[in-house]
Amino acid sequence: MCGNEALAEAAILAGCDAYFGYPITPQNEVPAYMSRRMPEEGRIFVQSESELAAINMVFGASATGKRAMTSSSSPGISLMQEGISYLAGAELPAVVVNVVRGGPGLGNIAGSQSDYFQATRGGGHGDYRTIVLGPASVQELVDCMSLAFDLADQYRMPVMVLIDGILGQMMEPVVLEKKPRRKLPAKEWALTGAANRKQNIVRSLWLGEGVLEAFNKKLLDRYEQIQKDEVLCEQYEVDDAEIVVIAYGVVARIVSSAVDKAREEGIRAGWIRPVTLWPFPTEQISRAANELRIFLTVEMSNGQMVEDVKLAIAGKAPVVFYGRPGGGVPTVDEILDQIRQLTLKSEIKT
Amino acid sequence: MKTVFKRTPTLKNCPTHYCPGCGHGVAHRLIAEVIDELDIRGRTIGIAPVGCAVLAYDYLDVDMVEVAHGRPPAVATGMKRTNPDKIIFSYQGDGDLASIGAAEILHAGHRGEQITVIFINNAVYGMTGGQMAPTTMLDQVTATTPEGRTAAEQGYPLQVSELLATLPGAVYIERCALSSAARIRQAKKAIKHAFELQLSGAEGLSLVEVLSSCPTYWRMSPAKALEWIESEMTKVFPLGRLKG
Repeated sequence: MCGNEALAEAAILAGCDAYFGYPITPQNEVPAYMSRRMPEEGRIFVQSESELAAINMVFGASATGKRAMTSSSSPGISLMQEGISYLAGAELPAVVVNVVRGGPGLGNIAGSQSDYFQATRGGGHGDYRTIVLGPASVQELVDCMSLAFDLADQYRMPVMVLIDGILGQMMEPVVLEKKPRRKLPAKEWALTGAANRKQNIVRSLWLGEGVLEAFNKKLLDRYEQIQKDEVLCEQYEVDDAEIVVIAYGVVARIVSSAVDKAREEGIRAGWIRPVTLWPFPTEQISRAANELRIFLTVEMSNGQMVEDVKLAIAGKAPVVFYGRPGGGVPTVDEILDQIRQLTLKSEIKT
Repeated sequence: MKTVFKRTPTLKNCPTHYCPGCGHGVAHRLIAEVIDELDIRGRTIGIAPVGCAVLAYDYLDVDMVEVAHGRPPAVATGMKRTNPDKIIFSYQGDGDLASIGAAEILHAGHRGEQITVIFINNAVYGMTGGQMAPTTMLDQVTATTPEGRTAAEQGYPLQVSELLATLPGAVYIERCALSSAARIRQAKKAIKHAFELQLSGAEGLSLVEVLSSCPTYWRMSPAKALEWIESEMTKVFPLGRLKG
């Protein structure tokens, strides 16, 4: 199954009640798949008139307590930022999949990692965070979908699944199975009609003096809890490594091959792969930087996640960046060359 | 003593923040009365706009949501599609519906969403300080048309209801006014009919446009503002049933 179809089926297995979306390459397999499968399941599919409308349809379904999602690619996700901010402000769960393509502007339709800033920094206006998951394989993408719906419901906030055009189009064997849900709080806030109870209001406007500040602090407490409890990352051969390569998504798989080759050449290389991009595995990377070693960050961008790596390392170790923006994909040999050069330099220094 | 008139339960017992002579309070009351008369409070979800009526949930005692400017028809779509048994209505001003949300209302109507829209047209942006709306009248002075609106510079007032009436997906469109007791009674009839259509499962959009006064930004007394609806606004926005 290609990543786009696999994520759609995984969303259905995760109990997604409604999908709203607008066509854009390279994620068109998602709405096409959903348009067939959702009605089969007696669930809702609507092709919206724009990404603005799609995210607001998600907002509406979510406000009534339903599990709702949308998917798009970079330019469409830019249009959705208004709605994502309102979802965050109204404390509504939602799942948004961004199958990233090159930018800025219309860019191209090749896979890219150039939306990391937008995804992890909020993108929309206001003081908020979105949980961002960055899977590296079609199987992990499938697993991330049920996790995304659970996290959204548990923390009442939008969750973004950030992949790229490569993973969206790539075909890999997958195991699709219904996962047990986390223990989730009842949606007592949902708008279901005020029958035999007081009125429920879903809102993001807080005009009274100090009211919004208190609300923002409540969100901050929640975000700190997420940073404590929900970080996911994978590490490989870091303990004895002289160089640690940090990458996420499909790039991490290329890095893994390059690191294996480096090991064959006798270079003590390892890698760290963040799975949650927010919350970022700051502590894990910081711990790795307690030993003297070089960090190489590889991305399909001009350098975005590398800023979080630098924040985590806080000057304790050198951080080098290698990137291929605009749809370029770093090869195993390119990364291996970087590893060779950097370890040679470190030998000269010591 | 015989009670001939009382506050309907779905209208909360509190003062509103609206200016003297504003039509929103009357429009809220009509909606609350209709909800109670149809006995649908327990299955109704309302959508408040960005604009003066953003706090409508402080006055209407039903489940309500407040959403981004212009997006109520999209939000209503998400609600109604996933909750066909619920009664979904949006309450939108002219800036919200006719300007920034023109695409959302057009396409909700185009898809024939089974929702009810109460469209308050007072020919001006109220909350932000009296700027020109798409429905602002020619020669009308606003904060952003200091010399009055001209067709050459800002275009003609936008007749959204006429435009929406061309859509097969719209089952009922009527324009009313809150300019006199008789007009208010007619507006209530129209609002009730729109809700009844949704209740009966009519396959499409029901919309009631309500010409409403804004004495503050029309720079008129409340009484003069009501006269202006009758003498000026109804010329450009003729009252009556446009569809259904």
